[in-house]
Amino acid sequence: MNAEQLEKTFQDKVDAEIRIEPRDWMPEAYRKTLIRQISQHAHSEIVGMLPEGNWITRAPSLRRKVALLAKVQDEAGHGLYLYSAAETLGVERETLIDEYLYGNAKYSSIFNYPTLNWADIGAIGWLVDGAAIMNQVPLCRCSYGPYARAMVRICKEESFHQRQGYEIMLTLCRGSEAQKAMAQDALNRWWWPSLMMFGPHDSDSPHSEQSMKWKIKRLSNDELRQRFVDVTVEQAHFLGIAIPDPDLRWNEERGHYDFGPINWAEFWDVVKGNGPCNRDRIRARRKAHEEGQWVRDAAMAYAEKRKARQTAAEAVASPTPVATYS
Amino acid sequence: MKKDWPLWEVFIRSKNGLHHKHVGSLHATDAQMAIENARDVYTRRSEGVSLWVVESKYITASSPNQTESLFEPADDKIYRHPTFYSLPDEVKNI
Repeated sequence: MNAEQLEKTFQDKVDAEIRIEPRDWMPEAYRKTLIRQISQHAHSEIVGMLPEGNWITRAPSLRRKVALLAKVQDEAGHGLYLYSAAETLGVERETLIDEYLYGNAKYSSIFNYPTLNWADIGAIGWLVDGAAIMNQVPLCRCSYGPYARAMVRICKEESFHQRQGYEIMLTLCRGSEAQKAMAQDALNRWWWPSLMMFGPHDSDSPHSEQSMKWKIKRLSNDELRQRFVDVTVEQAHFLGIAIPDPDLRWNEERGHYDFGPINWAEFWDVVKGNGPCNRDRIRARRKAHEEGQWVRDAAMAYAEKRKARQTAAEAVASPTPVATYS
Repeated sequence: MKKDWPLWEVFIRSKNGLHHKHVGSLHATDAQMAIENARDVYTRRSEGVSLWVVESKYITASSPNQTESLFEPADDKIYRHPTFYSLPDEVKNI
């Protein structure tokens, strides 16, 4: 088959909702898009451990501490599911990590904001994980099999993350005036960055159309953002705290909430590396990677030594059999 | 020295009575570490009672190009299915 026929067969499969698996033919651009998207997603999970890890030692109770530990451990697990999905596309893990630590690979800009106090842990679980779920549920139907399967596992686990976050917010909102003020302050700081998590407006998102055609993406950035606003506003009402947006109001005609303009200048500035924590985050990740190198080397050397010993022992125990005839 | 840890495929039996099922992959220096990592990465919520790990390089997969020659011959052998044989309704328990 020539390239054109291969491409048609591929698109027909995608249109018929037949999943694409690692060894199937796929357009080079599809492979590249997936590697970029899945690895960015993996890097985000890994870097996402930093803002929350910041509060593990200062969690206000043992109950909160075990939950936060489990959540941060889940983020590591999600990163690993995703790296393993990306590797099925023929790229080495080391290459992905190098591009992330020393190259131009991106991760979700939300993790470049600081966690200033305990309420931020509640706001992250509620809003950041909430936005992530909104983005990720449609990815469970992504056309690429290994990515879709990884997303199914991830989505199952994320729902605990969001509920533990909301519970923290609820506890603060039912506490003292000062605690409720902490919850409001956290919402004020995390609301807009959470809306930015859905990416630029559809009109400014040049790759979206192709990704939709390939069924990597199922819903547009603006559709997902609107869904998130609609469900989250009600949850904020229940908490009794206010969304920091003077333009927010129910639009009867559209059946959705209208909301104010997003500060895209801030978004692009953070993407370009000038957010409050970009340098800290990458420094922390590089340090962990570089200072862990000797551990990885030692573990590999130990495994090889043990294997050599075992091979030698087996050779002694069962020397090459001599054929016997009777 | 810089040497990447090999890749392992992970299979989980979710409960006795069921087959092991492929769930994903991970990197580990040897089989024992692969089992330990698989426990941490893939079974944090009681997903299984037994794990298999196998180094990815030892798996031989059929090629998608072989799909026709391998699997299509089965499509026209409908006599391999019970519904191919028509029996009168009066015959019971068969």
